Amino acid sequence: MPITNALTTEIQRVSILDEHGQFDETLGKDLIPNDDLIKLYEEMSLCRKLDEIAFKLQRSGRMGTYPQNMGQEANSLGAAYVLNQDDWLVTCYRENCGLFHRGLPPEKILLHWMGDERGNNIDPELCITPIAVPIGTQMLHATGLAWASKYRGEKRIACTFFGDGATSEGDFHEAMNFAANLDIPVVFFCQNNHWAISVPGRIQCSAPTVAQRAIAYGMDTIQCDGNDIFAVVHCMRKAVEMAREHGRPFFVEGVTYRLGDHTTADDARRYRDEEEVELWRQRDPIIRVRDYMKQLGIWDDSKEAALMEQVEAETAAIVKRAESIEAPDSDDFFNAMYAEIPPDLDLQRRTRRTSSIGQDPSQIERPQTSSR
Amino acid sequence: MANLTLVQAINLALVQEMEKDDRVLLLGEDIGINGGVFRVTEDLQKRFGEHRVVDTPLAESGIIGTSIGLAMAGLRPVPEIQFDGFLGPAYDQICSHAARMRTRTRGGLTVPLTIRVPVGGGIHAPELHSDSPENIYIHQPGLKVVMPSSPYDAKGLLVACIRDPDPCIFFEPKRIYRAFREEVPEDEYVLPIGKARTVCEGEEMTIVSWGASVVQCMQAIEKSEKSIELIDLRTLYPFDMDAVEASVKKTGRCVIVHEAPKTGGFGAEIAARIMERCFLHLEAPVQRVAGFDTIMPYYKLELEYLPDTERISLAIDELAAY
Repeated sequence: MPITNALTTEIQRVSILDEHGQFDETLGKDLIPNDDLIKLYEEMSLCRKLDEIAFKLQRSGRMGTYPQNMGQEANSLGAAYVLNQDDWLVTCYRENCGLFHRGLPPEKILLHWMGDERGNNIDPELCITPIAVPIGTQMLHATGLAWASKYRGEKRIACTFFGDGATSEGDFHEAMNFAANLDIPVVFFCQNNHWAISVPGRIQCSAPTVAQRAIAYGMDTIQCDGNDIFAVVHCMRKAVEMAREHGRPFFVEGVTYRLGDHTTADDARRYRDEEEVELWRQRDPIIRVRDYMKQLGIWDDSKEAALMEQVEAETAAIVKRAESIEAPDSDDFFNAMYAEIPPDLDLQRRTRRTSSIGQDPSQIERPQTSSR
Repeated sequence: MANLTLVQAINLALVQEMEKDDRVLLLGEDIGINGGVFRVTEDLQKRFGEHRVVDTPLAESGIIGTSIGLAMAGLRPVPEIQFDGFLGPAYDQICSHAARMRTRTRGGLTVPLTIRVPVGGGIHAPELHSDSPENIYIHQPGLKVVMPSSPYDAKGLLVACIRDPDPCIFFEPKRIYRAFREEVPEDEYVLPIGKARTVCEGEEMTIVSWGASVVQCMQAIEKSEKSIELIDLRTLYPFDMDAVEASVKKTGRCVIVHEAPKTGGFGAEIAARIMERCFLHLEAPVQRVAGFDTIMPYYKLELEYLPDTERISLAIDELAAY
């Protein structure tokens, strides 16, 4: 028998509440208690509203480039809902909803995009790493953070987020390989939102699923409807159990869609069809939860109106808080370069506006005046 | 006190720091049972276990990226990159993250890690095993860059790097890994990062160097009849400009010697600083004896590339006669 089968595998796809309102009772029953579901819905609504406002702030010159999160809220929120408060959340920049759930003050995110590093100065108790601008590099940090937990014999894990584009980066593969081969308890969550700026997913991954990339590393994996918070929660429970109880990494692919442009500096109409966007608007993660809650009788139009009013006021307050933070001291960008500023850098800091000569002004030697 | 090679002194520093602080762990390629390709981590896995001396997958970015995570979680990782030429794949993690995390988070998250890297030529190694990329990292704000030239300094400076709250690159000149021995105290000592060492004092000329080139400079000075002061910078960022300034103000002449290519090399920065600080004291233009602006040749010609006693002596004579 010269040819045998070396491996047969399959990828499970989980959908519990679909865009038509179909709910799978077997998987979905008791998965998210109603009270929690209402809270999660409110959090998604707040995040969406803030996203809309952030877009307007950029357009009106009150904020720099901003990447909208619209349409992807259920992924990070479902994950943060399942994770413990001291598990590391290692995100990129479309995970606002999960970060807010963890407790990050939303004005921190606005402050970051307003060009202020203090937006990344996060309470260490929250176990959040800063917004990661270069694509696909943060998965290695998550792997290291989770490795530190293992090293200390703690039960903390890390969960890292990235897009489909990031799975083309070498660091993605190195992180997957380290985590799998060194038994590191980290959850890799790919938000497959179909677009990396203008490049479609098939250029990043020509396999039928992104999830199957995990199989090559010997890592368990699952795909879910990333616009279905129930499916995300279901898959994250599996992932977290694998990491926390068995010390192994796990890969989750949330199939979702970037409803907005890549950032405010992008115009997605240049490269994708409106029909495609419209199709995904029908699959909005927020709308389906609202309809489902109405079906259950725990939500109605008056509650919705009250929520919208509340969200309006809260987001206005968030913007006010972000904008009322005074500009940093002009020394600020020197001060956190090192724990202790080197003398030479201190000289640059002290004399940057007063002396062009690279030495302490008090010690500058000048030639004797000569007759000319 | 023991008479140790550079390799043994580094090994001793690692042992002592690991014994003292269980946050210190080592990771890298072949550092476990093999003890590293230069045997710097010899017997450490046996002594401290696979938990603390970790053979990683063969991936430099992965080694540094995970080390950043380990460090942000409060550990003190000491990753090894096997050769200077393999720092390239890790460049992004070093410069985009390790160097930036403190300021990116305005002090919220820090990266106390020490990257050990064998550096430089002279050991008949293959391509990309003999490079001197220190200036790339000196030019990256947020890092500290150290390159000792003796066993004693290596021990004291490695301890300083491991305990430093910021990311350090610790370059180990592989040409002198076993070239000579030196008395190295068993007892703990720490050398400050940012302080040069005056190797020998002199009145007529200053030579500034670092790494394996310091040994070539000493040989040239021994052959010369001039009174020459040799300053080993030891740490390249931050660097001890005060020591260079004091010496050049005394001697009025200066040669800078390094293995890395001349153009844009760190010698250019030292020369510019001497212009800023010692202009009125100079008797001659500052000279540089450096590697050439070529790719480091394979080993049949590597001695043509590396600054040697002959080239340094020539510079000494020309500068003295200026």
